[in-house]
Amino acid sequence: MRNSKPILLVEDDNVDAMTVKRALKDLRVTNPLVHSANGEEAIGYLRNDANEKPCVILLDLNMPKMNGIEFLKVAKSDEMLKRIPAVVLTTSKDDRDKVESFELNVAGYIVKPVDYKKFVEAIRIVNLYWTLSELPSHEQENENAKLETHIAY
Amino acid sequence: MRSLKPILLIEDDDVDAMTVKRALKELNVTNQLVHKTNGREALSYLSEEGSKNPCVILLDLNMPKMNGIEFLNIAKTDEELKKIPVVVLTTSKSERDKVESFDLSVAGYIVKPTDYTKFVEAIRTIDLYWTLSELPAYVG
Repeated sequence: MRNSKPILLVEDDNVDAMTVKRALKDLRVTNPLVHSANGEEAIGYLRNDANEKPCVILLDLNMPKMNGIEFLKVAKSDEMLKRIPAVVLTTSKDDRDKVESFELNVAGYIVKPVDYKKFVEAIRIVNLYWTLSELPSHEQENENAKLETHIAY
Repeated sequence: MRSLKPILLIEDDDVDAMTVKRALKELNVTNQLVHKTNGREALSYLSEEGSKNPCVILLDLNMPKMNGIEFLNIAKTDEELKKIPVVVLTTSKSERDKVESFDLSVAGYIVKPTDYTKFVEAIRTIDLYWTLSELPAYVG
């Protein structure tokens, strides 16, 4: 990725999570991987100021407690969290899931290849793209807030 | 790209537009390129009866009449248009532009390389990614 911030993987299936971890390792991607098992855990991680904000979120859709769509509804209406690019990484080819995800402003929707080599290739392309792309900083938020307060008075 | 729908390029500089066109051609990207020179023209095009929604929008930021941020403010509040992935393609390295763009839900922010070979490589990466990625189906 463009910076060394963590990648947040939101994924309930441990085998799938391990596959992502393994692929990132094979590709020598050095970003730390933070793994949350569902949307609720992920929001908890993201809202804890002690944690570093991730550069990118890889988001499964089908998860217990809080699924991907529910997670997006929360994250994408949060002033601080909405700017973090979220890329759906799912087994679902359902048109409804695709439309809902893009309506909730995801920055990509990838159907997980079953074949491991193709899976690594997919992660490679995700890494390539999010290394090419700039990423928003989070420090700006405080500056904007200060400016807004100043203008209000 | 994953779909055969057009790529909409919103770019006021004709030389930059030609460079994008040339790069796409070299990469054998077969999607039709629709070129609009500012945000207002682009919105006009997108609301036209006969026009097909593009699969991806490549968006410059600094344009007269309606710039990239202004375009995003409108497109991203439109129920239909907001689903279309927008990738900023700009010379601006301004932190504010990056934050504003991502706050307005862009799906990428790319600073145009000045070197042509690197530019082609950037377009190639965009094409690879948006071929890998699924795209939302449009109703109507």
